[in-house]
Amino acid sequence: MTNTLHRFGASQDFKDDYIIFAMCTKGKNDIDSPARLRKFLEICARHKPVNMGDAKSGALFRPSRNLNPLAHWKRQDDVSPQEVIAGIKEPTTASAVFDNVQALRACLEEVKAADLGPSINIAALTDDTRTCSEEVGINRHAVEYSFGFIGNQTKLPEANTLSLMTMCGHGMIAGTFAQKMIDWVKTDRKTPSECSRYMARFCVCGIFNPVRAERLLCRMANRQPAER
Amino acid sequence: MGAIAISPKTRRAEIERDQCVECSLCFRGMSQEHLNPTLVRTVRTVLKWFRVRFDPEPDVCPTAAFDLEELTWPRIVRRAFSDVTATHESTGIHGRGTEEVKTNDLTGRVKRGEAGFVVEFGRPAVGVRFREINRMTTRLAAAGAQFQNMNPVTQLMTDPALGTLRPDLLDEKVLSAIVEFKTSVDRVEHFLDVVEAVAPHLDTVVSLGVAALCEADGSNPIEEVMERRGYPIIRGKTNLGLGRATNPALSAPVEVGVPA
Repeated sequence: MTNTLHRFGASQDFKDDYIIFAMCTKGKNDIDSPARLRKFLEICARHKPVNMGDAKSGALFRPSRNLNPLAHWKRQDDVSPQEVIAGIKEPTTASAVFDNVQALRACLEEVKAADLGPSINIAALTDDTRTCSEEVGINRHAVEYSFGFIGNQTKLPEANTLSLMTMCGHGMIAGTFAQKMIDWVKTDRKTPSECSRYMARFCVCGIFNPVRAERLLCRMANRQPAER
Repeated sequence: MGAIAISPKTRRAEIERDQCVECSLCFRGMSQEHLNPTLVRTVRTVLKWFRVRFDPEPDVCPTAAFDLEELTWPRIVRRAFSDVTATHESTGIHGRGTEEVKTNDLTGRVKRGEAGFVVEFGRPAVGVRFREINRMTTRLAAAGAQFQNMNPVTQLMTDPALGTLRPDLLDEKVLSAIVEFKTSVDRVEHFLDVVEAVAPHLDTVVSLGVAALCEADGSNPIEEVMERRGYPIIRGKTNLGLGRATNPALSAPVEVGVPA
């Protein structure tokens, strides 16, 4: 999966978006991989990621199979990092998203020291990744660069919508839904925080960045972001 | 995809099967309340009489109306490529079923002096029919592309040397699919020419990624090539090289120094 690769936006729009993920290889290091991936996410959780998860059992933000109708007024159906970690029971890809490079660097330092075995990747600004890696004594193995969308771009939604929906690279956030969220914030029907969580619940892998989404929604609606 | 709409005849939501890519998002991604459908419709109708509209959570299906359908060939291919939780039988990987360079520190898939192309069709959430992918793969094959064997699209080719996909799949629509091939770094521009020439004529959008190993000084040869072609270097996915074989009886390091 290249789900973290083609996020849309200008380079300055990725200063709060750093994804780290661990992936095992069939036949190489998949035996006992759930325990190693749980350990990976335990390390990530210590550095306060804004989202985390794995593609098989879900993320911090996830849909509920049995929602109480009162949820329309008071909704509490997201899960704790411990529940996400405990959910890894088979080989998968485990991911965490940070909203600052300092947290990524601290996490990476611990991940390197733990020597877990899975391949560790960072999806972010390539310059920041390089600097961060070198600071913790890692010489990067390989880079897969994103060169964006080419060809028939009349099929694409407009830029604001793209910047939100591409935060789930598997395409689980529809363009029409992202557009609706923008409209709802602009018309004050829902807050940017609520709308970013609605979108995050569709991203199974936990790579959607709700902090970046909230910031972008605030900008689109000419609002001040909420204090954190 | 726009596959779900309320029919003016039946006044019920219906799924247009030809447009549906079987991503199962409607079933899996929506929260569910399991309310009685008659009750929900009645409440909505009464509110409508008074020109009032309920303002619900937008990601909730109140009646849990969706269910997964048992699929058969060739339609089952839609789910394999569109449902992020489905695992590709050919590669054993979920999502779009590709590892690219994410595990290259263990697989040695891309070697020094080589470049791995990742050409993705239908992303983001536009969708693509295999007929469109076939148009690109046949052109790439004619230009000398060697498709990555451990890739779900390659597995659907009748002849990878020609880049031809199975004819019974050509009209099937999926959310997105990735074609992978590798070449030497000095031939990157040759294949870029092909991709750039074909992509504008496809009935979908194409996302482009190119990968290569980093040099000992930390640089990457792809940056110079792509910047020369006018592609800015902004974001990417970096394999840090921390992976190692941990399965029993696997301790030999992967040779990445010699091009295949």
